[in-house]
Amino acid sequence: MSGIPHDHYEPRTSGEKWLNRRLPVVGLLYDTLMIPTPKNLNWMWIWGIVLVFALVLQIATGIVLVMHYTPHVDMAFASVEHIMRNVNGGFMLRYLHANGASLFFFAVYLHIFRGLYYGSYKAPREVTWIIGMLIYLLMMATGFMGYVLPWGQMSFHGTAVITGLFGAIPFVGDSIQTWLLGAGAVGQPALNRFFSLHYLLPFVITGLVVVHVWAFHSTGNNNPTGVEVRRTSKAEAEKDTLPFWPYFVIKDLFALAVILIVFFGIVAYMPNFLGHPDNYVEANPLATPSHIVPEWYFLPFYAILRAFTADVWVVMFANWVTFGIVDAKFFGVLAMFGAIAVMALAPWLDTSSVRSGRYRPMFKWWFALLVVDFVVLMWVGAMPAEGIYPYIALIGATYWFAYFLVILPLLGVFERPLTPPSTIEEDFAAHYSAHTGGTKTVVNPAE
Amino acid sequence: MLKKLALSALLGLSALGTGTAALAAGEAHVEDFDFPFEGPFGSYDPLQLQRGLKIYTEVCAACHGLQYLSYRNLSEEGGPMLPEDQMRAYAAQYEVFDETLADGQGDYRPATPADRFGRSAVANAPDLSLMAKARAGFHGPYGLGINQILYGMGGPEYIASLMVGYEEAPECAIGNEPAGFYYNTAFANGSVPDSCRDEHGHVTIEGSWIAMPPPLLGEDVVFDDGHENDLHHEAADVAAFLMWTAEPHLNARKAAGMQGMIFLVILAALLYLTNKRLWAPHKTRVERDH
Repeated sequence: MSGIPHDHYEPRTSGEKWLNRRLPVVGLLYDTLMIPTPKNLNWMWIWGIVLVFALVLQIATGIVLVMHYTPHVDMAFASVEHIMRNVNGGFMLRYLHANGASLFFFAVYLHIFRGLYYGSYKAPREVTWIIGMLIYLLMMATGFMGYVLPWGQMSFHGTAVITGLFGAIPFVGDSIQTWLLGAGAVGQPALNRFFSLHYLLPFVITGLVVVHVWAFHSTGNNNPTGVEVRRTSKAEAEKDTLPFWPYFVIKDLFALAVILIVFFGIVAYMPNFLGHPDNYVEANPLATPSHIVPEWYFLPFYAILRAFTADVWVVMFANWVTFGIVDAKFFGVLAMFGAIAVMALAPWLDTSSVRSGRYRPMFKWWFALLVVDFVVLMWVGAMPAEGIYPYIALIGATYWFAYFLVILPLLGVFERPLTPPSTIEEDFAAHYSAHTGGTKTVVNPAE
Repeated sequence: MLKKLALSALLGLSALGTGTAALAAGEAHVEDFDFPFEGPFGSYDPLQLQRGLKIYTEVCAACHGLQYLSYRNLSEEGGPMLPEDQMRAYAAQYEVFDETLADGQGDYRPATPADRFGRSAVANAPDLSLMAKARAGFHGPYGLGINQILYGMGGPEYIASLMVGYEEAPECAIGNEPAGFYYNTAFANGSVPDSCRDEHGHVTIEGSWIAMPPPLLGEDVVFDDGHENDLHHEAADVAAFLMWTAEPHLNARKAAGMQGMIFLVILAALLYLTNKRLWAPHKTRVERDH
């Protein structure tokens, strides 16, 4: 693996040498675990470990749940109740899995926003960013299909709404929707294929996670200063970095343990809080719930989907220009996917020469507004589309696009960034010197 | 103590044959009952569940079923914990159709602990097994779910409020009451006459009309131990019972969560100390003269 200069694995015993000549797997693990990591990483760099944990948790609990679940429209709901009532520890497995999805998305949003603030998407880490966005898209697909499996009211009618989005595509929409559902409407074919894909996609995600990790092992981690690790010599690199094991493994595990305390609190005391009560009613095609609400982690994009109604001038303009091909529904679908696409394009939309938001006085405020915008969109996505809520959603959606398409490109021109420290070592020392209130002074005879 | 709190209840579909409400549901009134299973250390009170079982058996079961529940569940840990002989006697009151009997013709036999409670006897009476979770209305106020966190307000509160929520029809409805329906302040998704809506079609009263006649009037059942059987107590007892039918492993779940959290707190403390010690040599700037 290329990247920051560091010690590589040297097989010592004859057994190690034997294996290494045939399969250098120990060396691969060694290089992966001992990657030189910027020593100034703050607590926002722990979400990667949380995400790996969530992925493993979901796969492990999911595999056991599948052993007791029946993907049949007449039996799926009852089989979930069977898991909740009769399978040993089944209620815990299912609640861990259902809330595990929330943990997964909570962590991924913080991970993404960390990347957006510290400019982790910028060159040379664009590929890491794009793969991350692919993982995020697959997570959304997996999460959505998993929500269908209990075959409750929200499962059923949510599926009808979401697959209906593809039906909004001009000319081929109906065919695509039928192809996705395997039938003209939500039913057994849809349940079966969503079950199959819900089992498959996590392993695709796992593969992409390996590539994601590989990619940033080549470029090295970003860090709060956005300054690169010095690479001219190993000695210099060592002043900026510490090996991932044990320094960051222990730090990340500590953070993970703290997060899991909260997670277990939710699983134990309010396991249904993040779900929708209607999903405890078996799917009934004839009774549509009064409000169809997706899971919380889809709400910001659901709000963007619903924001562009037929009376918004952009929609009317798009409709007129395309001779009616782009109607409000299709515009909403484009906006929803576009909201993720502009995020994926951030590396090329951000023109600033300074990587980290820490040294960008104007960017900080626009970014803070983006975070607020995201939370507001999430809240408004759960509200009925009436009264003032559609206006809030429209303002929120507009800002989302403006941030990526207008503000990021212009800031690079108008903003006068501060000067980042010249090295990571300098930043770290400034942060942890005895004079600035760092940790206690320890006499280190080694230096 | 009954704190009165209005909760904006977005309570799912109306499965009671009242038709789909064309307009957004109005406000409903849900009281905060103090149940023994609320809070991190709360657990079911077996005696309360037994009283609730009695109310269910003598009142609710006439129309409603509990299809996901088996008779054996009544004796299990964390439930009403009926002694096994009582549970078997309870099951034996009922007959189930067994298709293996009479040389494959099928015949009725007394129920055993392994058999399920029946399904609803009346077509438009919903099954009650999951009602306490399906009507949890976790969304108030303003869609933030704060009531759920602060007061534990959820499905059981809704069920109990529905039991005590039958009232005289409000003035605006006099003469326009939906025939065969009953006004209930806790029921959000039923029909409401146009005379109780404002010019935008929004409902101006609390609650709506429900197809279910008032199931409990107070003193509907008599408990062997002489426990109070006024309407409020009965409502709370049957709501607690239905919470158990919806979430039979609540006690075990909370216990497991507590163990997990204690373990994680210890683990986190050890990792914190390890981390601190590990980093200590690197977090000190070496004073240099330059």
